[in-house]
Amino acid sequence: MSGVRVLAGTKKGAFILEADSKRDRWKIDGPFFAGWEIYHIAGSPADPQRLYASQSNSWFGQIVQRSNDGGRTWESVNNEFAYDGIRGTHQWYDGSSRPWEFKRVWHLEPSPLDPDLVYAGVEDAALFRSDDGGEHWRELSGLRNHSTGSTWHPGAGGMCLHTILLDRSNANRLYVAISAAGAFRSDDGGTTWLPINRGLQSEYIPDPNAEVGHCVHRLAMHPAKPNVLFMQKHWDVMRSENAGDLWHEISGNLPTDFGFAIDVHAHDPETLYVVPIKSDREHFPLDGALRVYRSTTGGNEWEALTKGLPQEHCYVNVLRDAMAVDRLDSCGIYFGTTGGQIYVSPDGGDSWSAIARDLPPVLSVEVQTFA
Amino acid sequence: MIRVILPAALKVLANVNGELEVDPGEGATISAVIAAIEARFPALRGTILSHGERKRRPMVRFYACNSDLSHADIESPLPDAVVDGREPLLIIGAIAGG
Repeated sequence: MSGVRVLAGTKKGAFILEADSKRDRWKIDGPFFAGWEIYHIAGSPADPQRLYASQSNSWFGQIVQRSNDGGRTWESVNNEFAYDGIRGTHQWYDGSSRPWEFKRVWHLEPSPLDPDLVYAGVEDAALFRSDDGGEHWRELSGLRNHSTGSTWHPGAGGMCLHTILLDRSNANRLYVAISAAGAFRSDDGGTTWLPINRGLQSEYIPDPNAEVGHCVHRLAMHPAKPNVLFMQKHWDVMRSENAGDLWHEISGNLPTDFGFAIDVHAHDPETLYVVPIKSDREHFPLDGALRVYRSTTGGNEWEALTKGLPQEHCYVNVLRDAMAVDRLDSCGIYFGTTGGQIYVSPDGGDSWSAIARDLPPVLSVEVQTFA
Repeated sequence: MIRVILPAALKVLANVNGELEVDPGEGATISAVIAAIEARFPALRGTILSHGERKRRPMVRFYACNSDLSHADIESPLPDAVVDGREPLLIIGAIAGG
C-alpha cells in the first residue's frame, strides 16, 4: 500500500509519523532517544528500511544511530569524527584564529544508490563519508583545506555544514553549504572543492565579489534539473542556472526574504516553497501569521499559502532542515516548527493540517515515500 | 572489580540497569576503568572522555568516596575503597539546565 513515513528530529528525541497516501490519519511513534537532540534523521533511498540518526547533547557529545527496520530498532555506530591531518584554524567571531573542533553532526545524507554510503555534515564545518553504514568515518578534507578555509567563520548557530546535495545524474558532483562560509561544489567526488558564491550579495560583506563569507541557510535541487540550484540565504532567495557558478535573486514579491527552509516540488522543478521569517532579529513569521510561499514560476512570483495554518498569534520558526516533500502523485509538503508542530499539505501546498501539535521544537523533517 | 554508576542517559545508551562491575586490568585508574567500559559497551565510546585526546567531557564529573575526582589526573590510581569494591566510582552528568 502506498504511503509515507515522516522522520522528525527534535530537541528532545526523534519521532516517526506514518500515514497512507491520503495522509489524513497518522500513527506517531516516539520519542526515540528521548531527551537527546536529534539534529537529523534520514532514510536511505536505496533501502528505505535503513535509517540514520544524529543524536547529541551537551553532556555526552555525539552518537550516530542506524536502523535496518525502518526505525523499530536501532544500533549505535561509530561516533568518532576525526579531522584529517593537521586540524588548522578558522576564524572566530572576534577575528582571532581558533582550531577546528568537532561539535556535532548537523546533517546525514545517505547515497541514492548504496545504503551503506552516507555523508555527514558536521560542526565545525567539515564533510565526512562512511562507506560501511557508519562503522567508520573519514573526512573529505579537500573542503576544509580549501585555500579560504582559514577565513571561514561561524554564523550565529555555529560553523556548521548543514546542507549536502548529491547529483543523481553525476556521482562525482556534490554540493555543500556552510554557515557562514557559503556554498561549495565538488566535481570529483569530494576530493577538491570550488566556492560557488558569485552573485550573492550580503550587506555585512563590503566586497561584492567575496569568494566566501556568505551565510547560506539552505540549498535545494530537483533531481531532474540538477544544474538548477535554489538557495535560502540569510536574506535573499537565490537561483542558479549553472550549478552554482552564478546566482541571481528570485525573492520577487516575498514579504520578507529572510528565512531558513526551501524545497522543490517533487514533480515540478519550477515549483518552490519557502517560509518567510520576519528578520534575523525576530525569528518568527510576519504579523504572527504562518505562511508558506509557493512559486510555480521558478521564483520571483510568490503566492501565500495559508489554508489550515495559524494566521494569528503564531511566533514559531521553521529551521533549515525542517521542510521536505514526498513523491506521491499529489505531492505532499511537510514542515516542522520550533513550537513543536508538524504540518502536512497533501495537495502541493493548497491546504494544510497539523500531524502533531505538541512535540519538542522540531529541528529536522524528512519524508520517505512508499509507492 | 570496580563498581561504576553511570548517569541515566548512558545507562539507556548501553542498555544496562543498576551498577556496572568492570575489570580495568592492571591499572585501577579512571582512564583504565573507562577504557574497560568502552570495550564492553562500544556505544559509550567518546561519551565520557573525548575521542583522541581522551579529555573528560566538560559536563561530565567523576566522584568517589565523597570526593570530586573530576580534576584529578585520569591516569592516577583510584582510591583504595573503589579498588577493593567498597565504594563505587560515580560518573555524573553535570547538573546544568536550559
